[in-house]
Amino acid sequence: MAVPQVAAPPGVRVKRRGRSWKGWQFVGPFMLVFAFVFLAPIAYTIYLSLYRNQLVGGNSFVGLDNYTKALQDSQFWSALGRVSLFLVVQVPIMLLLALIVALAIDSGRLYGRAFFRVTIFLPYAVPAVVATLMWGFMYGNQFGLVKNINDWLGTTLDPLAPNIVLASIGNIVTWEFIGYNMLILYSALATVPVSLYESAEIDGASQMRIITAIKLPAIRGAITIATIFSVIGSFQLFNEPSILRPLAKNAITTFFTPNLYASSLTFSGQQYNYAATVAIIMALVTMVIAYVVQLRGNKDR
Amino acid sequence: MRKLLPIAAAALLSLGLAACGGGDDSSDSSSSSGTVSDADVTAALEKGGTLTVWAWEPTLKQVVTKFQEKYPKVKVDLVNAGTGNDQYTALQNAVAAGKGVPDVAQIEYFALPQFALGKSLTELSGYGAENLKADFTPGPWSSVHSGGKIYGLPMDSGPMALFYNKEVFDKYGIAVPKTWDEYLDAARKLHKADPKVYITNDTGDAGLTTSLIWQAGGKPYTVDGTNVTINFTDPGATAFAKVWQQLITEKLIAPVSSWSDQWFQGMAGGTIASISTGAWMPANLTSSAPGGSGKWRVADLPQWTAGATASAENGGSSLAIMDKGANKELAYGFMKFANDGDGVQIRVDNGAFPATTAQLNSTTFQNTEFKYFGGQKANEIFAKSAQNVVTGWSYLPFQVYSNSIFNDTVGKAYVSGTTLTDGLKAWQDQSAKYGTEQGFTVK
Repeated sequence: MAVPQVAAPPGVRVKRRGRSWKGWQFVGPFMLVFAFVFLAPIAYTIYLSLYRNQLVGGNSFVGLDNYTKALQDSQFWSALGRVSLFLVVQVPIMLLLALIVALAIDSGRLYGRAFFRVTIFLPYAVPAVVATLMWGFMYGNQFGLVKNINDWLGTTLDPLAPNIVLASIGNIVTWEFIGYNMLILYSALATVPVSLYESAEIDGASQMRIITAIKLPAIRGAITIATIFSVIGSFQLFNEPSILRPLAKNAITTFFTPNLYASSLTFSGQQYNYAATVAIIMALVTMVIAYVVQLRGNKDR
Repeated sequence: MRKLLPIAAAALLSLGLAACGGGDDSSDSSSSSGTVSDADVTAALEKGGTLTVWAWEPTLKQVVTKFQEKYPKVKVDLVNAGTGNDQYTALQNAVAAGKGVPDVAQIEYFALPQFALGKSLTELSGYGAENLKADFTPGPWSSVHSGGKIYGLPMDSGPMALFYNKEVFDKYGIAVPKTWDEYLDAARKLHKADPKVYITNDTGDAGLTTSLIWQAGGKPYTVDGTNVTINFTDPGATAFAKVWQQLITEKLIAPVSSWSDQWFQGMAGGTIASISTGAWMPANLTSSAPGGSGKWRVADLPQWTAGATASAENGGSSLAIMDKGANKELAYGFMKFANDGDGVQIRVDNGAFPATTAQLNSTTFQNTEFKYFGGQKANEIFAKSAQNVVTGWSYLPFQVYSNSIFNDTVGKAYVSGTTLTDGLKAWQDQSAKYGTEQGFTVK
């Protein structure tokens, strides 16, 4: 007797046998663009990375040879090491400065708040190419600001010397992106209800205590996002070293950062396949690190 | 298509004619489509069309003007896509992309084998280019060949000389150095007299380094098909490293890159007192460092052995037809006009240094007085240098890449404690590594 009742659900399924394509018609155009714009380039890069094209011998399938080669390539590792050092030193400095500025502007105790907000954000509006050229002119110890400083003080400072050029690039990047990060953090701060601060003040909390107990926990998500952007930015470091290179070609090598390395492999060495391999490995490294940062950022939430 | 058909027909017809004439070089499996006669080229020129030429040689501007006057239906688009390596990078990209490839490109002799090997250039024997042999001097002529085939027409040559600022030399009582040791002494004396003045500039330049090693009798590269040797420890390279190391260590050379604005300012203003470079330099000095006019002179290149007369080539370039170019007959017509025809004299008149025997041997050429050099007949010195170029030099078939990593390796010697010898060794190793990866047998 119970059989018909049990059979009912399959009956419903039968109705849906002629699968409806309505849904696909809606997402189809998006999927098409998505496949062309996102999936195809990645697939093509992976495809490229499995081949090797030689001046003598032509193109041939080499399997994972390019990957084993990259993992043993000291130039690749030195490039990765350099951007990792950059990440560990420059990103905390930049984010800390951005945080201080955001807190200062948010505190409401700053005179000319709008002026500072715009001024600090302004470098981000300057294209990276222009910014780097500008700094390059200042850094030049043959003609620039640094030459003048050296002439006045009798020093022999050279920001483009091999051992400090990375710090000089860090300075440019910090200058460029403090405003951007400040804006992310400031907009997060702006969403915190003012009533929280008022009640904290009534409870006798100091400004410092308000920052550590209310403001920082409230913008934790924004800090995580800013960090992830900076991690990705560090690993993709390219514009600044590439543009400074003509001024300091002995200090900034063709494998200074992984991206610069991939670019030199492609454009000077015509090693498209190996460059594709480097790109894939860097994408994986960046994803892993960004994911770790996100996990840490979301902990105890 | 309508445009292409007559040309294809003409090409086919001339192919048949060449076969009748028993031409033995037309059956080569090169990518050029058979034989093209002078008549085809003339027909293409009369018919007209548009040509894109990538070059940075300054005197080509005047050549293009005259060329368009002579063939009013041809429109030449002369593009400066960068100097040297910058242009090669752009060119390689265009070739790889298969888009935006120019019809004609200026390619220096050192870079020609790499482009030929990469099948980027049109082989020119089918155009009768081999018949022009007698028109050119032997050095540049052999430089446009690779693996026994011809890939370009010589545009200029770069027998080296010492260009120096006589006003500065006289002011500090310095005689023109006859040897590189004397040059080193002169460098010390100059820089001591005025710390702002340097004998020359150098921030690590692959072309200069290889040319000076060439002059010193070094033969770091030998190429036999795909067998390549690279060796920077021979006496020539050692002699160069010894003198240049002292110039670097004692900070006697201005850390200014060649072709930068500071470079031209330094030469015009007297802080860079001399340069050793190819005979194509005067046109660049006149146009980019006009302030030095009348102050500069030309002398023989200092020698590695006292009393010797050795010289080397520096730079010098050809025009070549890109394999992916659209209008090859027209391209050949322009190239021949610029490098073998009326264009040569136009370029010489504007300060270029030819690779053609007719111009080199003419008395008007040799007697030309250079205003920039205070009326000096500089061509006599260049022509003598051209005859004294040390024979037997060859570049790598991947010299463009090799030069691109020069500053990663040898460049270290200019900015850190690394010695020039170690830098050259590193350059050798990394070039060899690349060569091996590209399928060459490198020793």
